[in-house]
Amino acid sequence: MMVSKIGALCAATLLSVSAPAMAKDAAINDAQIAHIAYTADQIDVDAGQQALKISRNPDVRAFAETMVRDHTSVNKQALALVHRLHVTPQANPTSAALTAEASKAHQRLSSLKGAAFDHAYLQNEVAYHGEVNKALRDTLIPDAKNPELKSLLESGLTLFTEHQKHAEMLLKQLR
Amino acid sequence: MLAGFPLIAEASNAARPSTHTIIIAKMRFGAVPPNIKAGDMIVWINQDIVAHTATARDGSFDVELPPGSSASVVVSRPGTIAFFCRYHPTMRGSLVVAR
Repeated sequence: MMVSKIGALCAATLLSVSAPAMAKDAAINDAQIAHIAYTADQIDVDAGQQALKISRNPDVRAFAETMVRDHTSVNKQALALVHRLHVTPQANPTSAALTAEASKAHQRLSSLKGAAFDHAYLQNEVAYHGEVNKALRDTLIPDAKNPELKSLLESGLTLFTEHQKHAEMLLKQLR
Repeated sequence: MLAGFPLIAEASNAARPSTHTIIIAKMRFGAVPPNIKAGDMIVWINQDIVAHTATARDGSFDVELPPGSSASVVVSRPGTIAFFCRYHPTMRGSLVVAR
């Protein structure tokens, strides 16, 4: 009960901070979109590394390893693309809000151990991927001008949708 | 002498293993080819930007597929082999291998 409250709180805070930040930037350019995408990936790499330090559950650790592996791969592609397009990713309020919120989530999770951590981490992963996928669908993909960037974001959406389902599946197994 | 040739050709055709391809793209295993027989080779091609595996539930094969790579396995026994990706458990399929 306590654990699910913590998870719900993490999700609610993430939604309340990042959703308005995404909505505010109606006219977002490709350099900002690239920055947001890179930031969102890096946040989940960091969350996965935190899980690998704390969790002892083999399924949770395998999931965290996949998050680190996949989000690192996507960012490698993103960096290669911005390099090829001669685009410098541009800092923006959405990236800043995502980073600030991730740092709070990291701190909250660092106080937990064992099953409480596993539960809160997975709940956060479900909420986080849900929010990033919504931003990709509603804002980042429609607003991206460069076709290669749009295509990379679309690949990201397909991948992160699978991550969200994977996290939901593990969460059910833990219950 | 002449009558023997077609028989030899037929026999060698029947024994030759075939190669089948399964493409992985957009976080899915593509269509599994029909008419797979024991001894045939399956080539897995990963077109995604992340790593996958092609892993048999019965342990008969388990190949790593880095982004943009391919790998092959030989299916030696007949039967239905369920497979999945170890990294992305929502990705699944099954091979039907005939004798």
